[in-house]
Amino acid sequence: MAVIDLANPTRFLRIVDRVLPWLIAVTAILFAVGLYRALNAPDDYQQGATVKIMFLHVPAAWLGMFGWALMSVAALGTLVWRHPLADVAGKAAAPIGAAFTFICLVTGSLWGRPTWGTYWVWDARLTSMLVLLLLYLGVLALYWTAEEPGRGARAAAILSLVGAVNLPIIKFSVDWWNTLHQPASVFRLRGSTIDPSLLTPLLIMALAFTLLFVTLHLAIMRNEILRRRVRSMRLMQAQEVHA
Amino acid sequence: MNPLAAILLRDMRLAVRVGGGAFMGALFFLIVITMTPFAVGPDLALLARIGPAILWIGALLASLLALDRLFATDHDDGSLDLLMMGEVPLELTVAAKALAHWLTTGLPLVVVAPLLGLMLNVDMHALGWLTLTLAAGTPALTFIGLIGAALSVALRRGGLLLAVLVLPLTVPVLIFGVAAANAAIAGPTPFGPAFTILCALSLASLVLGPIAATAALRHGLE
Repeated sequence: MAVIDLANPTRFLRIVDRVLPWLIAVTAILFAVGLYRALNAPDDYQQGATVKIMFLHVPAAWLGMFGWALMSVAALGTLVWRHPLADVAGKAAAPIGAAFTFICLVTGSLWGRPTWGTYWVWDARLTSMLVLLLLYLGVLALYWTAEEPGRGARAAAILSLVGAVNLPIIKFSVDWWNTLHQPASVFRLRGSTIDPSLLTPLLIMALAFTLLFVTLHLAIMRNEILRRRVRSMRLMQAQEVHA
Repeated sequence: MNPLAAILLRDMRLAVRVGGGAFMGALFFLIVITMTPFAVGPDLALLARIGPAILWIGALLASLLALDRLFATDHDDGSLDLLMMGEVPLELTVAAKALAHWLTTGLPLVVVAPLLGLMLNVDMHALGWLTLTLAAGTPALTFIGLIGAALSVALRRGGLLLAVLVLPLTVPVLIFGVAAANAAIAGPTPFGPAFTILCALSLASLVLGPIAATAALRHGLE
């Protein structure tokens, strides 16, 4: 079983060291291609060049949500299977997911200025992404305040699962709240489907963002494992000094 | 006596006798409501319009206030360990504690809500409906807060962390609570759907809250 094999942190580190340079190279190439295609994509007939923000905004939104899904799977790994690397995976996913959600909000707000005339509207999607960011920050706060890594990881795992149950409810209620207060049609500037000339670069960018996520995730996991080793070595050293 | 009833009575006695717990939340609620007109101005028409929202925000903050004591005192004096080792399933024990907490902090908020609504110039006929939304929604706030209380006691941290963890999860309760109250006061949407969803949220948190809180306690304090 591959997942079981990965339970050994040393073996995991060896695999990561071998895979990471390739991942970085492929991510860089994909970003180069994606950004080139995105910059050369035709302007939208209504929004002009501002539509290019979409190539950063939409993949960031997808990965912001993907981050929580990853954290929930890692949370199951921590609580149910007690996989030794699951809490490292969950902890590594939180800051990346928060960062992508933040990028999504910032680019969305910059996009909103020319198209909607304001930096922030209480649009249903913006609002649910904001709540998602707040939930991410809650998980991060949990990690910051935990004195011992294991304890913090289990607490964060429970919060991730509670959040996973809650996020669809929050999404639904924010949609409901928004349609109650203001018609959603105002913000539906684009018509039905996206033209292929825009869709292809978008998909390339989405793939590039996903690989960036995976690369960062593996790198952060590696750092976290090493950090924990340093911590336990320090503790052992302190014991030796006392003895 | 039934052990759950014993826990319920014990927690309620503690809340009433120690530090005026039950009274404090309602007092805080009153102060928040009093501060609002100072911030937004004494315009009665405006207050009537935002009254339900202010009452709900006040109730949300007031119900957060005492949450960190839900497990912290029991953890400090060791009785939480006894409860965890008891024969009663910990989920039920935790639910009984949360119920006691709601009866001593949530219910007083519901009781004073009509009076505070009058101060905010909420329509007299709608006060009953508004109070009904608080009665249906505050259990959800307590039982969602229960998760945060368990997590923060497991990490031996309280205060702000709890608010940061709990508040985003209460977004749906706030939305449907205020929506139902507004529907009762001004319409045009009917009261029923929003209120039913609010009740559903309360019932769901009644089940999920104790399970998640128990998991947090078991994993955190082992």
